Amino acid sequence: MHKIPITPIMKPSEGSMGSTGTWRIVKPVVQHDKCTYCLQCWLHCPESAIVRVDEERKIIIDYNYCKGCGICSDVCPVKAIIMVEE
Amino acid sequence: MVRSEKRGVRIMPLRVMDLDKEEYVLPGNPSCPGCPASLGLRMLGKVLGPKTVLVIPASCSSIIQGVYPKSSIKLPLLNIAFAAAASTAAGIAAGFEAQGKSDINVVVWAGDGGTVDIGVQAISGAAERGDNIIYVCYDNEAYMNTGIQRSGATPFGAWTTTTWTGKKRWKKDMPSIVVAHKVPYVATASIGYIMDFAEKLRKASKYKGFKYIHLLAPCPVGWRFPPNKTIHIGRLAVRTGLWPLYEVEQGVFKLSPICMPLLKKENRIPVIEYLKLQGRFKHLREEDVRRIQEEVDELWDNIRRKLEDARC
Amino acid sequence: MSTIKILTGNYAVAWGVKLSRVKVIAAYPITPQTTIVEKIAEFVENGEMDAKYLMVESEHSAMAATIGASATGVRAFTATSSQGLLYMHEMVWWASAARLPIVMAVVMRALAPPWSIWNEHTDLMDQRDTGWLITLAENNQEVLDSIIMSYRISEHEDVLLPSIVGLDAFILSHTLEPVEIPGQDLIDEFLPPRPPKPFTLNPENPITHGGIVTPEYYMEFRYLIEKGMENARRLIVEVAKEYKNITGRWHGDLVDEYKCSDAKILIIVAGATAGTCKEAVDVLREKGFNVGVLRLRYIRPFPSSIVRERVSSVKSVVIIDRSYSFGGGGIIGADVASSIYGSNGGPLIHDYIAGLGGRDIGVREVERIVEETVRAMESGEKGIKTLWFDLKREVLE
Repeated sequence: MHKIPITPIMKPSEGSMGSTGTWRIVKPVVQHDKCTYCLQCWLHCPESAIVRVDEERKIIIDYNYCKGCGICSDVCPVKAIIMVEE
Repeated sequence: MVRSEKRGVRIMPLRVMDLDKEEYVLPGNPSCPGCPASLGLRMLGKVLGPKTVLVIPASCSSIIQGVYPKSSIKLPLLNIAFAAAASTAAGIAAGFEAQGKSDINVVVWAGDGGTVDIGVQAISGAAERGDNIIYVCYDNEAYMNTGIQRSGATPFGAWTTTTWTGKKRWKKDMPSIVVAHKVPYVATASIGYIMDFAEKLRKASKYKGFKYIHLLAPCPVGWRFPPNKTIHIGRLAVRTGLWPLYEVEQGVFKLSPICMPLLKKENRIPVIEYLKLQGRFKHLREEDVRRIQEEVDELWDNIRRKLEDARC
Repeated sequence: MSTIKILTGNYAVAWGVKLSRVKVIAAYPITPQTTIVEKIAEFVENGEMDAKYLMVESEHSAMAATIGASATGVRAFTATSSQGLLYMHEMVWWASAARLPIVMAVVMRALAPPWSIWNEHTDLMDQRDTGWLITLAENNQEVLDSIIMSYRISEHEDVLLPSIVGLDAFILSHTLEPVEIPGQDLIDEFLPPRPPKPFTLNPENPITHGGIVTPEYYMEFRYLIEKGMENARRLIVEVAKEYKNITGRWHGDLVDEYKCSDAKILIIVAGATAGTCKEAVDVLREKGFNVGVLRLRYIRPFPSSIVRERVSSVKSVVIIDRSYSFGGGGIIGADVASSIYGSNGGPLIHDYIAGLGGRDIGVREVERIVEETVRAMESGEKGIKTLWFDLKREVLE
């Protein structure tokens, strides 16, 4: 079992609330053919759940954590991200 | 980079591409979907970088940071009591200074309740003393963490769980209160214009002394709008003129470029377009909407006069 | 080289702070604490002290800033009194649970209304549950020495709890007494730079302190504060002895005893009144009363076992309490009574610490508590005992 320190010190870690992807009702899907890699989705993701791959000019959504808020889809200037029911 | 003349700091504009790829708000945290606080803090980390120490008083961010033993924040973070954020940060800044560590940003990240209500005495003290900290208020216009109770930052007419028929008083003008302390840098920002917020953070970090940024943070849960509209609402707040973006750099008022066209009334979107998207305003009568519109128009008359006076 | 100066209790505090090489001071003025912070401000401004002094806008902010500074790893100090202490009370709790080795001087003064700037101990007693070590000085020399010893005790890795040094308003704070000021070299050896414990805010190691802890672990963190308190009993004795070795001065450890060995009547008292009591003892002894003084040098940790031992050998005990708990009684009186409970009969008392931080107490738990107590009673256990119920031993080091 986890040994506690003398005072409550917390260490940085992904998934502090678990796999928050399970919260999702709708899911963002990237249509890569439309994507211009403007990074507006990455810029505005409140969850840090969009990963930039600059070499391939491609974004990847981390579905393990994406809560499905839909901001990425809303801010995409070329409508390259569609929201689909889970 | 800092120029001491009245015109203030000039820095090259930041591009989205150049932003730090490192994440300082880690995914899988307890924030609500579409949370503006989480997004604002994420941007703060990217702009100020790892040499930043955070102080967070009781607020939604006490939750967003995760539950022991895991933290979703990859910056040194000291949680502190509600009224104590600015003074704690002042102590941290003094501690670093006493050790000759001059390259660490000491930043308060506090909600509107912790800023304009219970935190105001400590902020006023730190601002008057000129403690070397950046204070960011992310303003979601109510006590969201405790269940959407009215705060001094709740706007006129808004429903909350303690103002069931709408708030009868106006929003407290906190940035002006801070300006009255003659600090080097005060700015307003909106989560809807996140790169503008980023620039203002960057600028704040170039000054020594007390810096204050008031970030409007539309909350889907408390304002009653769908979580995908956080950015959209944040932009409308600005484009209706309800939330003007400006800086007061060494006492000089500057309207942010995004807002320059809004000096002309015809360029401002009517406030109803902002109000009607939010459940918290759905009970408003026509006369309430008219009062809010009049208030906005008067606000912009004042801004125009202020700019004209500065030119004379 | 030590020197002798004629100092008020408040100036003795300031000298103790200077000798301890404190790096950050944050304070707000209140009568009768003011001359402490005035003297420190003078030390800092004339360059005699290499420290940052934050003149904050309230006591709440004073303790908050002290906490902030201490969290960066430096030695930090504040001082207050009366209303000011109560105003900072929320942050007093924060400091101890964050395990920051802060030292604070409290000039003990009455509470309003009605306004009174004069002496009593209620303001200090109001902090007795906060997890701070609390010592009360008898004279100005002890004030100075206690500030220095307090940093040493508080910063020890087995303790890591903050300390209050209490001094009586005016009786000590504004009264001149000769005070020996030890040489800086002596104190530097006794009190080395503060170790970076229990944590420091450091960009190289981005930890979060003090976020949400669920009922799963909260109680164990509270228990660890109590462990620190228990360890402090040992450290208080050791540090007092070591300080005596280098300065030749002995003020007592957890307690300070005066003519107790053959006493039939014991006066239990804390603070400067003890000096008066000692004089009275000499007068009373001449009149044929076999009196001694047990001065409680510390009220937290409370010297329970010494009190029990001393009280068991006398016929009557006089407690002089300069504070009161309305609806409860004298505060030291209650602590003394609970220390001696069971030494001459009475039912077994098990005082269970349970349900802290939201840990569940259900019917099954109450059953177990009662059954455990009955078993103890049947095995002949007596007196009073504090038990931490269902503590997760496996998560403690």
